[in-house]
Amino acid sequence: MSLADHPSAHADAPTSPAGVDLASRLRVWTTTVDHKRVGIMYVLMAVVFLVIGGVEAVAMRIQLWSSDLEVISPDVFNQLFTMHGTTMVFFVGMPILIGIGNYVVPLMIGARDMAFPRLNALGFWVTLFGGLLTYFSLATGGAPAIGWFAYAPLTETTFARSAAVDFWALGLIVAGIGTVTAAMNFVATILAMRAPGMTLNKIPFFTWTMLWTSVQILIAVPPLTAALVMVLFDRELGAHFFDVQNGGSALLWQHLFWFFGHPEVYILILPVFGMVSEIIPVFSRKVLFGYEFMAAATMAIAFISLGVWAHHMFAVGLSRQVDLFFIVASLLVSIPTGIKFFNWLATMFGGRIWFASPMLFCFGFLSMFLIGGLTGIMLALAPFDFQLTDSYFVVGHFHWVLIGGTLFGTFAGIHYWYPKVTGRMLSERLAHWQFWLLYIGFFVTFAPMHVAGMLGMPRRIFSYEPDRAWEIWNQLATIGALIQAPSYLIFVYNLVSSYRHGKIAGDDPWDAWTLEWTTSSPPPTYNFGTIPTVHSRRPLWDTKHPDDPDWQYE
Amino acid sequence: MSGVFASGNALLAAAAEEPWHELSIFEPASPGGAAIVRLALLVLAVAALIFLVVEGILFYTIARFRHRGGSSDTPPPEPPQVYGSNPIEIAWTVAPALIVFFLVLVSARTLWEVNAAPATSRNVIEPLTVTVVGRQWWWEYRYQSYDGRKLAFITANELHIPASSPERSRPTRLLLESADVVHSFWIPRLEGKVDLIPGRTNQLWLKTDVTGLFLGQCAEFCGTQHAHMLLRVVVDSPEDFDKWLAGQALPAVDDPQQAAGREAFLSESCVNCHRIRGTTARGNYAPDLTHLMSRQTLASGIIPLDETNLRRWIHNPHDIKPGCLMPAFGLSAEKEELIVQYLLSLK
Amino acid sequence: MNQQNDYYQTSGGPATTLPVPPDIAPEHTLNGHEWGMLSFLFSEVAFFSTLVVAYVTLHNDNLSGPTSEVLSLPLAVATTSLLLASSFTVHLATHALGHGRNAIFKLWWAVTITLGIAFLAGTAYEWYGLVVHDGLTISRNLFGSTFYTLVGFHALHVSGGVVAMLIILGLSLAKALGQAESTGARMVSWYWHFVDVVWIVVFTVIYLA
Ligand code: HEA
Ligand code: HEA
Ligand code: HEC
Ligand code: CUA
Ligand SMILES: [Cu+2]
Repeated sequence: MSLADHPSAHADAPTSPAGVDLASRLRVWTTTVDHKRVGIMYVLMAVVFLVIGGVEAVAMRIQLWSSDLEVISPDVFNQLFTMHGTTMVFFVGMPILIGIGNYVVPLMIGARDMAFPRLNALGFWVTLFGGLLTYFSLATGGAPAIGWFAYAPLTETTFARSAAVDFWALGLIVAGIGTVTAAMNFVATILAMRAPGMTLNKIPFFTWTMLWTSVQILIAVPPLTAALVMVLFDRELGAHFFDVQNGGSALLWQHLFWFFGHPEVYILILPVFGMVSEIIPVFSRKVLFGYEFMAAATMAIAFISLGVWAHHMFAVGLSRQVDLFFIVASLLVSIPTGIKFFNWLATMFGGRIWFASPMLFCFGFLSMFLIGGLTGIMLALAPFDFQLTDSYFVVGHFHWVLIGGTLFGTFAGIHYWYPKVTGRMLSERLAHWQFWLLYIGFFVTFAPMHVAGMLGMPRRIFSYEPDRAWEIWNQLATIGALIQAPSYLIFVYNLVSSYRHGKIAGDDPWDAWTLEWTTSSPPPTYNFGTIPTVHSRRPLWDTKHPDDPDWQYE
Repeated sequence: MSGVFASGNALLAAAAEEPWHELSIFEPASPGGAAIVRLALLVLAVAALIFLVVEGILFYTIARFRHRGGSSDTPPPEPPQVYGSNPIEIAWTVAPALIVFFLVLVSARTLWEVNAAPATSRNVIEPLTVTVVGRQWWWEYRYQSYDGRKLAFITANELHIPASSPERSRPTRLLLESADVVHSFWIPRLEGKVDLIPGRTNQLWLKTDVTGLFLGQCAEFCGTQHAHMLLRVVVDSPEDFDKWLAGQALPAVDDPQQAAGREAFLSESCVNCHRIRGTTARGNYAPDLTHLMSRQTLASGIIPLDETNLRRWIHNPHDIKPGCLMPAFGLSAEKEELIVQYLLSLK
Repeated sequence: MNQQNDYYQTSGGPATTLPVPPDIAPEHTLNGHEWGMLSFLFSEVAFFSTLVVAYVTLHNDNLSGPTSEVLSLPLAVATTSLLLASSFTVHLATHALGHGRNAIFKLWWAVTITLGIAFLAGTAYEWYGLVVHDGLTISRNLFGSTFYTLVGFHALHVSGGVVAMLIILGLSLAKALGQAESTGARMVSWYWHFVDVVWIVVFTVIYLA
């Protein structure tokens, strides 16, 4: 099946032959500029941070088990959610998606590497360093306790004396630089390094979403960097950007942060839309329905999402006209998202759906992301949001989209591409256990939060009054978190054990259609012996069906 | 300390008629709250419909097109390929667009119904105006005016407002400010949230016919004790409210029996932060204590205000509210007792 | 159909009965370096826009001390013209490079560097006056905070450009520029034009408004 010729396919693959000692293996990995190794390192880093962030979450859930527990002191609790949110968004969500993109995009478009391999490696190390810097704030006697969106003036020296906030801000600036370099690299790679024949309207859908994710990163991350620089200037040089006592503005921070923060949440979902758009067709054995509309919807989401940021600020007392504008903009996003959703369903409709683990996670994604999207719609209606904002309803919404959307989709992607990366299959049995524990645990954790929020429970509280009818919902949530936890353990175990003992995968275990499946598993350093030529969106379909190639229909 | 929480709250709960206090946004006691509930029910219904249709299609598709038979690790054969269809795409673009259009209309209507200034008419009296200052981690209420009268007293942590009746509307206008960081004022049964942002004055209109106690709490993270920045709004009948206003306007009672306690209080650093009208204590950093004992709770609503708790508080506030901005002073036992007795006299 | 890809051959079947794909038209697009530089500049636009927004919304909210009236417009006009001129000279330089005229390239390149340094000197002079005579520092008031941050980040970018140009000048003095180095020079010139455009915005917002 493997058509590109690759004489020494396995010689330089990321599997290390037995007998190579640890030190030289480490050197190979730390000095590599191979997009595949860089991608793997991104993903591994994200998995480690996922476990750290998850443990922080479980600690919070234990404290919230009942209204009179004092397992965790107020300050520590506040540090926990700050670090949990920061970790999950900046050091789990973004790196895991960028990592998968790093690995897959060049292979998908028939390139030998990213456009700037050294910059690529630098981007990874810088991101990792940013994460370490952020956690280094612990060395100042405690992490920052400001929440992941760090509203001014809580970040001013008056209210946060220790250097924790400085490390946090510095860490995010550094990681942001890494993210921007990655985005530049994706843009250059995707626009300039496609295989002959792969015009922009023929690129695999995941690549298309990575392109628009990168555009969003380029627009949204620098404003955050600039705003964080202002925080540091305030703290270190005595500037007054957010120093309200001297005329600074608390609202400016909110605008700048959410101008980043909202696109950020789509940065966390667009690549996932791309992944499921690769996986659903392959496992329904049918071509992606309505490619052009999907492509246009991606662009629409990327653009509209630049104009909705103030839906996080409905309670700050903007005028009604402004509120209305942001209601309209936020609701508009649901139209292109709906287009995507219906096209996925149409792809499955009339297909032969094969429930191997990647598809199972896509099912999780489809069934759950919808709910998260619909609660998003509720939040977007400003008057309703006056009640819901900063309550546990919001916490319910965003975990629903971040786990039900981003995480389920990412797991689908990891289960899909793992055979390509390692040459072995993940255990389907463990994958099913992981899936169902996560599916149920996730539901039990986050569904009750919506109820608690509507019963008046604000977020970010380390304790609550016993007379408020919130306890039962919190206990359910805590139980759910404990159901989830083993699913992550199983996942990590599956990654590790299948790497040694998994079934040999072969080049194309899923009988898929994009270029990465033409090369060996794992691919050689140079990816392709001969750069393939492409005539349609599904080059491998053309190969497998020379009598009925796709380019006839596009 | 957890014992204090538990017993304190058990008392509160026992005092209430229900086993717990109602904070649900679906039990509105005001026109604004009710408008939000109407919108909420509507969008919940719309969402439920979309949910049922879309999940229905999803599960139907799975049930119908799931590949059965064959080995589970070989890909099923390929069915006919369908690349897309413009009419269908247009249909499922237009349908959500119509829903969106509808949702925009209804939320716009509600937007103008909530937090709305009352129309001026003869049966609407001049609103009660109170400046609310959010502080780490308690609430300051500066009463400005009511029914055309000027008011000039400051109190803390328990907001009293008059109830309206069908014949006479008594709206309350809160001017929301912050002395330090961002806070948010949220009484779920009365209105949605409005933030208190330093350097800015926001406005919130309250109006309700229902008398009684309404609870809520600060809804924007504001530091260590954000969780214990509780809100209590007491809606009084107009008569009770007038009585309460008259009481608050008086200077502190000057009980000669408590002269020693008063001296003790005034000689301590308490005066740098707290104010007791009619004495030399003129601090404006901490809750006004002039009519401390007219409140039911201590430290922004977290424990009932009684002699034991007051003593514990003055002995070491951090036992009750760790991290709060009042230090423990290590007063001698007699002095502490004198001060407590004095404070207890501040009816 | 040309057969550079062996995989249509290997997929079997008698070649004559199979549909033949259309020829692949070569795509004309920018190369990787150009896209990379463009997207970098794109992100820089977002960065500077943020600083400009901060300046515009905050510079008048100060409570005391010197504000924009202490700035010297003639000085700013002078430095601005230096920078504008340098945009012109860097264009002449890359134009020469494109036509293989290395000596002319070096000349204009060096002139550009000089203009850049002169601009920085002008800024330094301005700042010296502001700090020493007017007592305006970053912590003095909000005008100071926003002004120094915006102008400072711009100056930092100018300095970065000067360093990059110096490196290329050094290379070109040592040996003729190869393919990679001339691409580098061209990319630096893009960057330089960008820095110039940013300055026009900064100048308009701070000195003209
Ligand atoms: C993966 C990340 C992700 C995604 C995809 C979304 C998607 C959406 N989000 Fe969410 N959101 C977050 C992550 C995300 N969000 C986070 C992290 C926060 C909180 C941050 C914090 O405060 O800490 C947040 C908070 C947040 C708020 C602020 C709440 C508050 O603090 O008060 C709002 C308000 O409008 C909102 C709205 C939306 C909307 C309208 C969508 C839409 O894009 C959803 C669109 C999808 C659908 C609607 C479903 C599919 C569509 C159809 C089947 C078509 C038919 C449907 C209709 C016509 C309605 N989100
Ligand atoms: C991708 C993003 C992401 C993910 C995956 C999660 C995952 C989880 N989150 Fe997170 N969360 C956020 C993003 C995310 N969160 C953000 C942005 C915030 C806002 C922060 C803020 O307000 O500033 C937030 C806030 C937040 C809160 C609100 C805190 C507050 O407002 O007071 C809570 C409360 O329950 C919570 C819980 C959880 C739980 C239980 C999980 C679980 O899914 C985690 C499960 C994972 C594990 C448990 C780890 C693996 C397990 C093991 C290795 C087993 C061994 C360990 C133990 C048994 C302890 N999260
Ligand atoms: C450094 C300032 C400071 C000093 C000095 C100080 N307090 Fe306080 N006090 C506070 C603050 C701040 C609060 C509000 C704490 C909270 O609820 O978070 C408070 C709350 C109180 C309350 C509860 C008020 C209420 O409405 O719930 C009492 C009673 C009190 N202080 C008494 C005293 C006494 C007696 C002294 C002197 C022995 C004193 N305080 C000295 C700052 C101070
Ligand atoms: Cu005040 Cu939270
Ligand atoms: Cu948003």
